[in-house]
Amino acid sequence: MIESFLSGFSGLVAGFLNLQWPSVVMMVVGGGLLYLGIRKDIEPLLLVPIGFGCILVNIPLAGLMEPHGFLRTIYDFGIMTEIFPLLIFVGIGAMTDFGPVLENPVTFLLGAAGQFGIFITLVIALALGFKELEAVSIGIIGACDGPTAIYVTSKFAPHLLGAVSVAAYSYMSLVPIIQPPIMKMLTTEKERATVMKTGRKPVSKTTKLLFPLVITIVGGLIAPMGLPLLGTIMLGNLMRESGVVERLTRASQNEIANVVTLLLGISIGATMEGRIFLQPQTLIILALGFLAICLDTACGVLLGKVLYVFTKGRINPLIGAAGISAFPMSARVVMKEGQKYNKKSYLLMHAMGANAGGQIGSVIAAAVMLSVLKGMGII
Amino acid sequence: MDKYTFGLTMLVVGMGGTLLTLGLMSVIMSILKKIFPHREEAKDKKAGNA
Repeated sequence: MIESFLSGFSGLVAGFLNLQWPSVVMMVVGGGLLYLGIRKDIEPLLLVPIGFGCILVNIPLAGLMEPHGFLRTIYDFGIMTEIFPLLIFVGIGAMTDFGPVLENPVTFLLGAAGQFGIFITLVIALALGFKELEAVSIGIIGACDGPTAIYVTSKFAPHLLGAVSVAAYSYMSLVPIIQPPIMKMLTTEKERATVMKTGRKPVSKTTKLLFPLVITIVGGLIAPMGLPLLGTIMLGNLMRESGVVERLTRASQNEIANVVTLLLGISIGATMEGRIFLQPQTLIILALGFLAICLDTACGVLLGKVLYVFTKGRINPLIGAAGISAFPMSARVVMKEGQKYNKKSYLLMHAMGANAGGQIGSVIAAAVMLSVLKGMGII
Repeated sequence: MDKYTFGLTMLVVGMGGTLLTLGLMSVIMSILKKIFPHREEAKDKKAGNA
């Protein structure tokens, strides 16, 4: 009888007995993410489920990430099949007004320069000893676009998913802190004070409707491996611009995006098991992610400087910094910085164009990357 | 393929491909804007011509 009591009791203390220090550290990390989300309001929609998922998966013996475990089921269904990031993309397309980039299509180029950090970081990751597909997944943090980073990493380096996702979402929210010093360092005061012409150049409804179709077809033909990314964001945008499927548009913007964000967040948290996450390489990935976003900003500003010269001072190089995918946060940062140096400077609409270009740019960069990998026979 | 070749290929073709693709899209969208100008502008022009 006593033996039976003892064995029954051992079941209640087994969790404590099996608790190892990596799991404890990760619970603290999970708590830290919850703190950032709840108290500091940093990407709470993602950091709260990620932080909680991180705590859940590090509780021993629960087997949540074992085959048929609750988190494993969500992870396999949504992340391994790439469904979650793609559904998020439909929502992003439905939420984003690409009007500013269509008003001034040259800002597409700033959206391209804002992705260069991806490729430079990829090379640095290779030099630091990461394998090819790991380097690709680390570089993609520079897309400054969570769903793209998750899509690529879950495909090629799922063991890095936790670190890459946390880096992507954390740095995205730190854009207002990361970008201004780089913008200041690479531009002169005269350049920063440049006033750009205001006045909107409205775009016809037909052009707005053709935009998602043209981008899908042209982008798909150039980089077919990235078509799921491009196709879903453009489907969302077509629904928005057509105005005839308002229910679907609203559902993509709200219900679908919310449910998927919850499941995506908790699944990412589930990849943060102590024994996998607590490796020196995680710190290197976080550092490289930071570098990628700094390089994106620097390349965007440098292209902005080139355009400043070519247009004889009509383009403020600061708007180049908005060529990343952190929409519309980066455009607001540019506007604020521009006004610091010239109160008459209203860069918001121009920066929004670059920022919308950056949103397309990040998807195109990922698509190009995947198709180059396919062409080289790596995937 | 060694890592050096892989990295360099990704850098050149990746960056170049991204820039070219977005450049092409920029050109196509500029052309589409010309073919399908904003309706109010088109109306104004017609009114002006009349």
